[in-house]
Amino acid sequence: MLDLFVIPSADRRLIPEGRLSGPMPWVIAIMIFLTVLAAAAGLALAQAAGDVSDELASRATVQIVEANPDSKNRQTQDVAARLRGLDLVQEVRVLPQQEVEELIEPWIGSQELSNDIPIPALIDLKLTRPAAGPELQSLRSAISPLSTTARVEPSSSYIAPVITLIRSLQWTAFGLVALLAIATAAAVIISARSALNTHRETIDVIHLLGGTDRQITRLFQRRIALDALLGGLLGLIAGTGIIWLISSQLSAIGSGLVQSLGLSWYSWLIIAAVPILGMFIAMMTARSTVMRALKKIL
Amino acid sequence: MDEIVQFENVGLRYGTGAETLADLSFTLFPGSFYFLTGASGAGKTSLLKLLYLSQRPSRGVIRLFGEDAVTMPRERLPGFRRRIGVVFQDFRLVPHLSAFDNIALPLRVAGVKEKDLEVPVAEMLDWVGLGDRSDARPATLSGGEQQRVAIARAVIGRPEILVADEPTGNVDPEMAIRLLQLFEALNTLGTTIVVATHDIHLLSKVPGAQMMKLEKGVLSDPTGSLLHPPLPKDQLR
Ligand SMILES: Nc1ncnc2c1ncn2[C@@H]1O[C@H](COP(=O)(O)OP(=O)(O)O)[C@@H](O)[C@H]1O
Ligand SMILES: [Mg+2]
Repeated sequence: MLDLFVIPSADRRLIPEGRLSGPMPWVIAIMIFLTVLAAAAGLALAQAAGDVSDELASRATVQIVEANPDSKNRQTQDVAARLRGLDLVQEVRVLPQQEVEELIEPWIGSQELSNDIPIPALIDLKLTRPAAGPELQSLRSAISPLSTTARVEPSSSYIAPVITLIRSLQWTAFGLVALLAIATAAAVIISARSALNTHRETIDVIHLLGGTDRQITRLFQRRIALDALLGGLLGLIAGTGIIWLISSQLSAIGSGLVQSLGLSWYSWLIIAAVPILGMFIAMMTARSTVMRALKKIL
Repeated sequence: MDEIVQFENVGLRYGTGAETLADLSFTLFPGSFYFLTGASGAGKTSLLKLLYLSQRPSRGVIRLFGEDAVTMPRERLPGFRRRIGVVFQDFRLVPHLSAFDNIALPLRVAGVKEKDLEVPVAEMLDWVGLGDRSDARPATLSGGEQQRVAIARAVIGRPEILVADEPTGNVDPEMAIRLLQLFEALNTLGTTIVVATHDIHLLSKVPGAQMMKLEKGVLSDPTGSLLHPPLPKDQLR
């Protein structure tokens, strides 16, 4: 593997070294720039979707609908007390009437409130772990003797469509990363072929003087690897610059979902690896393109 | 003495046309000096291409250094090519390399270390009288100077066979004789020499050289009753 990078100095002087030759480094810079952005978006969205659904899966709401305020309050106190005794439940908060009214107000309007329509009591639960159907069912059966109208709703059910949306955006971003990798390889094939054409005479001479395919391939591979590395670093710098700008603007907005759009340290590692992977793709593509072309010459 | 090159019923056809070379059968022996003559278009360059492994024949058998060169796998060709020095008719110097680097090319291809090639390349430049043009690019050299760089490149690797295609084509008669003397000097060191030329006057300049004549792609006397039929050198004189 190491011989991909170490070119004997004797070989290095056979074909002139490319210095920022042609559009190749710039094409790769743009590709890597876009890849970095797409990868960052995908990773941030994946993390957000994970965080949000974990957070929501460990929350639940108990709703008690009861016309008589006295029995509603009594049932609410009983249910809250019962819930506090459960292992699954970490925190119980009975929402004050005022807060419940504020939640409902946008749907019903403030005038009619509290007189004609029975206002439900809401209990916000924080669970010790993300919980699914069967565990919520155990909550239901624990409280149903205390209140016939009590309903347990997992919070995730409200936000499920949002999670689905985040997930599809995330996979779109990762799909873009894959497409950009293919486009990079295609650009390298074109560039390698044109380099082969440019140096065709020299290659023929080197062949006739006993040069091997490997020697010739290494030269092209090295040129393209250098181009790709240079372009890749440019793209990475530009890409991380944009990400940094956007994330500082996002944290200025600073609320709930948006705040969880941060990138973890391993996401940053993956993003930093993008130019290296790009260089690897470029090198391998160049290698196979040149090898295949050389096989056609005797 | 074992033969170094052997052609048996070799034919060469470019594309779908008539055969450019047909029914070539001959044997070359190590340490001998051969002229290949024939009118322009007779197929001299084509024959040499078969010899220096730039072209595979359409039919027949070619044995090089005792091995079948026709069915030889591609990967083995570079090793054989390094044993053959070639002066191409059009020189084929690498335009972006200096005279020094062009001459050093076969050594670099063979993996010779930089410190080990400086002296031999410099000596070779002196030998062809270009000691002061070491850094010159081919484009800045005259035709004759380019030819001498091409010759120096062909012999620097001490090949067992030297193949030269019209090596005197671009030089004045005086330089032509000097180049032939160069080849003779190599020949006395044991290198087998094959020189293609349409200039019959050259033939008399190298006593003991043997001659093959091509006419329209056929050796004009395949039975060997030529003016100077190819013979092992030690059987001459
Ligand atoms: N690469 C090629 N493709 C097709 N025809 C060729 C090629 N090279 C040579 N020929 C033809 O083969 C014949 C012999 O050419 P060549 O070997 O160059 O002769 P010479 O060197 O004796 O002048 C000529 O008719 C030439 O046109
Ligand atoms: Mg010719």
